[in-house]
Amino acid sequence: MALFSLFFYGFVLTAAIGLLASWIDRKVTARVQYRVGPPLLQPVVDIIKLLGKETLVPAGASKVAFLLPPVVGLSSVIAVSALLWVNNLNPAEGFLGDLIVAVYLLTIPAIAIMMGGFASRNPLASVGASREMKLLLSYELPFVLAILVPVIKAGFDIRLGAILSVQADRGVFLGSLSGFLAWVVALLCMQAKLGLVPFDIAEAETEIIGGPLIEYSGSALAVYRLMKNMLLFTLPFFLMILFMGGLRLDGIHLAYGLLKYVGLVALVTVIRNTNPRVRIDQAVRFFWGRVTVLAAVAVLLALRGW
Amino acid sequence: MSIKLKALLKSPWVFHLSTGSCNNCDIEVLDCLTPRFDIERFGMLLAGSIRHADVLLVTGSANRKSVVRLKQLYEQVPKPCLVVAIGECSLSRGMFIHSYNCPVPLDKIIPVDVYIPGCPPKPEAIIAGVVKLINRVSEKAAAKK
Repeated sequence: MALFSLFFYGFVLTAAIGLLASWIDRKVTARVQYRVGPPLLQPVVDIIKLLGKETLVPAGASKVAFLLPPVVGLSSVIAVSALLWVNNLNPAEGFLGDLIVAVYLLTIPAIAIMMGGFASRNPLASVGASREMKLLLSYELPFVLAILVPVIKAGFDIRLGAILSVQADRGVFLGSLSGFLAWVVALLCMQAKLGLVPFDIAEAETEIIGGPLIEYSGSALAVYRLMKNMLLFTLPFFLMILFMGGLRLDGIHLAYGLLKYVGLVALVTVIRNTNPRVRIDQAVRFFWGRVTVLAAVAVLLALRGW
Repeated sequence: MSIKLKALLKSPWVFHLSTGSCNNCDIEVLDCLTPRFDIERFGMLLAGSIRHADVLLVTGSANRKSVVRLKQLYEQVPKPCLVVAIGECSLSRGMFIHSYNCPVPLDKIIPVDVYIPGCPPKPEAIIAGVVKLINRVSEKAAAKK
């Protein structure tokens, strides 16, 4: 059963929705720029094409350190997606502290990108990887503070199942003031976790031409792309579970759930299309300054019961 | 046609390489990405890194300084890859044909799959050239069977 949910929910379903979401993202971006945009199956075709290409390892780079990180990143995304799905479908099945496990696993993709960047022996990749590290350090603090708000509201329970069932009884946390503030903070952190504009500082196509991914080709790049596309499902889904009552599959609630998800993806896409890239020092100041203050205010309000 | 080749032709990521052109062809290449022409319709993306590329768009007259880099980059593309020569200079060296600095045309240095003439070629011509390339490759694969 556990293997089935790991394979089906964690990989197949998440990858399918993630690839579809990345198509929505590219299509909306194209429409914003008055272009036609790619056909529906384009993200899938991209992955298949990359799987069929030659995988090159740069001269002098360690083969293990270069080719292992994509696999580590992808498997952590699969694990966290399976965890979220199982909790969402059956809130009673969770274990104590699965929220903490999810937060841990969600940082591993960024760490995998950093490892790959440093292993590839390319100066631009090293610059990108060090930026990724600074970005990770900056957004983790407000992200964890924002996650504290649902925990407080669920009566200091660190189980995803408890957070979901409290929301099913008393309405979603997004409806309260502290919940809304924490949701905004989590949304900004999600943008940085996904590595999208204005926080695509680590990749910065026009500046350090892909950053940590610069030396990756063939199937290693395909795994990284699949990992990023799957994160485009996993992170909004995580936010939905924490603040918006999850994804319920019965009757009209399914339509609401899909609306919530597509709405989050569209919001991410609009933010990415209407903002310029910020510098890394600006991003760190933004997350440690205003965003952390906002998250702290949300936590205090949640403690007062607002 | 194998699924590998089919996927390659449906999502050719292009890498844009100037070997000493006057920048006019390069501007026309960038024009293909603008809303008016939008080559992302065909799944083409402009790759920043040579390791992500499937198609090498070469402009310019391949002068002595850039030939070294050109060979190096051609070796760094993950195979299979295709090469497109864009503009008069990369086809036959154009007005630099008698120059001391451009001893041989591009197709004597690396294998070229399709030639797009013009000084500079229009974006329409570039897109038509790439379509011809795709048709030729798929015909070749069909003939092989």
